[in-house]
Amino acid sequence: MKIMIIILQLAIFVIVAPLLSGVITKIKNNLRMRKGQGILQPYYNLAKLCSKEEVISKTTSWIFTVAPFVLFASVLAAAALIPVFIFVSPAHIFGDFLALVFIFSLGRFFLALSALDAGSSFGGMGSSREMFISSLAEPTFCLVALSVSLQFGTTDISAFSGIHTVSVASVVGAAALFLVTIAETARIPVDNQETHLELTMVHEAMVLEYSGRSLALIEMSAYIKQMILFYLIAQIVFPISSLCFVNMTQITFWFLWYLARIAIVAIAVALLEVSVAKMRLFRVADFLGFAFVLGIVALVCAMLGV
Amino acid sequence: MYKDILVFFHDPLSVFFIFVILLISLPSAVYSIGYLKEEYSRKKIFLAWILLISFVISMLLVVTARNILAFLIFWEIMSLVSYLLVVFDTNHEKSIQAGMIYIVMTHIGTAFLIAAFMMMYKYAGSFDFLIIKNACLCMPLQTKNIIFLLLLIGFGTKAGIVPLHIWLPYAHPQAPSHISSIMSGVMIKTAIYGIIRFVMFILGVNSPWWGALVLVLAVISCLAGVIYALMEHDIKKLLAYHSVENIGIILLGVGLSMLFQSLNMPYLAVFSLIAGLYHLINHAIFKGLLFLCAGSVYKATGTRDIEKLGGLIKKMPQTAFCFLLGAMAISALPPLNGFVSEWLTLQAFFLGTSHAVGGLKLFLGVCASMLALTSGLAAACFVKAFGITFLAEPRSRYAEEAREVSLSMKTGMLFLSALTIVFGLAAVKVMNLLAKVAGGATGLDISNMSFSLNDFTLSPKAGNSVYLSVPWLALALGVLGITGFAVYKLFGRRKVAIYNTWDCGYYKLSPRNEYTATAFSKPFRIAFSFFLQPYRKTQKIRESFYHVKSFNYETHTTLVFKKYIYDPLLILIFKSAKSMRRLQPGSIHLYLGYIFVTLLLLIIFLGKF
Repeated sequence: MKIMIIILQLAIFVIVAPLLSGVITKIKNNLRMRKGQGILQPYYNLAKLCSKEEVISKTTSWIFTVAPFVLFASVLAAAALIPVFIFVSPAHIFGDFLALVFIFSLGRFFLALSALDAGSSFGGMGSSREMFISSLAEPTFCLVALSVSLQFGTTDISAFSGIHTVSVASVVGAAALFLVTIAETARIPVDNQETHLELTMVHEAMVLEYSGRSLALIEMSAYIKQMILFYLIAQIVFPISSLCFVNMTQITFWFLWYLARIAIVAIAVALLEVSVAKMRLFRVADFLGFAFVLGIVALVCAMLGV
Repeated sequence: MYKDILVFFHDPLSVFFIFVILLISLPSAVYSIGYLKEEYSRKKIFLAWILLISFVISMLLVVTARNILAFLIFWEIMSLVSYLLVVFDTNHEKSIQAGMIYIVMTHIGTAFLIAAFMMMYKYAGSFDFLIIKNACLCMPLQTKNIIFLLLLIGFGTKAGIVPLHIWLPYAHPQAPSHISSIMSGVMIKTAIYGIIRFVMFILGVNSPWWGALVLVLAVISCLAGVIYALMEHDIKKLLAYHSVENIGIILLGVGLSMLFQSLNMPYLAVFSLIAGLYHLINHAIFKGLLFLCAGSVYKATGTRDIEKLGGLIKKMPQTAFCFLLGAMAISALPPLNGFVSEWLTLQAFFLGTSHAVGGLKLFLGVCASMLALTSGLAAACFVKAFGITFLAEPRSRYAEEAREVSLSMKTGMLFLSALTIVFGLAAVKVMNLLAKVAGGATGLDISNMSFSLNDFTLSPKAGNSVYLSVPWLALALGVLGITGFAVYKLFGRRKVAIYNTWDCGYYKLSPRNEYTATAFSKPFRIAFSFFLQPYRKTQKIRESFYHVKSFNYETHTTLVFKKYIYDPLLILIFKSAKSMRRLQPGSIHLYLGYIFVTLLLLIIFLGKF
């Protein structure tokens, strides 16, 4: 039963995650008064990549080949930790909120290595910047995990799905997590997914050498990671107790609300992306410093019990 | 008399340290067979073996001695033998200098230890640990505080706590690699043994500020260590700075345990100490492994500067694989051992945060986030260390001509790499064993404490439903990775074109275009410029006034602790030594006068009592 739930959950993540990026791009384009691509474009992109030939650099080693799979596995393992269908996360025996931080860093570590593998400066640049940003984001992630978990006395992610009330600590924590998410999902103002300009790209520079199916795997992983982070924010700010299977209408209602909450976060991200300009790389330290301060505030709020 | 001195402990704490020492020393010894060959003359190899064996034996004696005098003697033997090993490459000027810094610092540490031990002896009237332990029960708090501070400075010097770490990045890299691995992996842990044995076991913790002080020092060590490591491009020096960082993480566990003990939270005290000890043995394993790999790289290429390396993954596949495992373990990536102990430490912080009251909550929360920052930076540093050393194209002739090392060296490395996996997967077993050690060291009853759900799943504080199952997680990662691979294959045979790296149409991409370690660490250098204080040196080399032939550009960082603490101190010492010289003008009459005055003073002094 549990395995079935895990598989179902992962399938939903895999199916829905690209849509999220499509929605964000669509909203951005509409706000900029452009027609833009359809919201299904990410799926077309993935399908295209899967049928394309792969070009691999002569310089690379097995690290380059293995990295997409490690990234994919780590992101899916993280997705299995999230409680979606039932109160208890199906895979909660694997780890908790704190373990999530480390599981994400496994995939990132390999991707950063693969970027250095081809020996071009683009990859090195992307790898260095990605590690820079993520290492500064990590303490905030940890603080948010602490301050949210502090309200339940456990770092078990399943405790999330039991929340019914929103506290100040949760909201501030979610705000901090939102900034971290911006940094982790390569969004403006930290990074720009649409650019291929050497001076500004971070994530795109890192995966520049990838093509074909490997690139499809990496993109897919990025979509799923984005959805996990959005889900965490949504669950903190718009808590619902997850579904207990009762009847069909309840399931449908719940599923829609589940997606709607994530969509709300996606809209917030899109709004932020169109309203600010990308910042210089070294100002990202200040940006994440601010997120860290928010995390501290969240911890103080959690401490005071508000 | 000597019968009293030569008494030995065999309680769980000592046995644990004996285990750690042997676990790292044996593979290092095997490794040294291949490492020493061709590098040194036959006589020197013989000497190296004698020194290695006496080094290991002295460490074993240090962690088993039950008498303060014996402890000090063995401690001193350990320091002196390791000094000899640091200066083993006598033809390097750097070795002599490193040895000098090491021996001075280590003796300053020992001086503090002697002071602490003398105060203990004064109260107990005996050198025996157990008698002192009993005497410490009725020792006034003021004295205890002073003894604690003396012990902390004394052992802290050996452990390499910032700002007493100054010797570590010089001494560890300079020794032959198998010795570096033992020094970094094990020797500095004897200082942790000292802190646990003397502060927690004998002295007994009763003020919360002891633990808080250790925590603050530990956080500073973590961050300073990892930031310096990021700036370092000498592969062994980089690893030495990571030892500073990891000692910090170990001390986070120990400090937390001290804090909880004084706050009367027995479960958390034991749990945190387990986290610390777990990280101790993990660090011994992966740091030993990484130093051995660094030694192999040095042996194969003749350089330790990673800017000159690159592409070694193709020339030395086994070494690269071992280094990768070590790098993953030290970056706390699942499912390896470093991940388990860092998770346990974070969990200890979380449990502390949820059970403590008031400002302590915030303090512990901030410490925990600093640990997260440290592990993020460590991952960045090892992406750099592994990526620049092993990936891409060779950056110099040294790296091009590299060859895989000999069988004995590989055996040592592969053994330790296997341990990084074993200590990750067998987390529950290890933890239950460590619980006994921690219970013995803190004197708390562990019989009704549980740390695991079943044989695969860790579960701190039964009832709050927090689990970590490393084997399951590893299995999940494996299955999902294979699923990814299956999906990949699902789209038919892969069509692959092997071609040049994308070069923007430049068509002449060479290793000179590769990203360098300096460039990699640039964002960190700028973000932490308040601490690193980077500065540049530029110099134009002119052929004539009109023609600049070449341009030198150097970037350096300031070692703040050296600049603001040690350099002024040295200047002060030299100044006072200079003014002391006036007392010794070389006149024999004056010296006779000194002797006469001293004699008079002594007579007066004796008359007084």
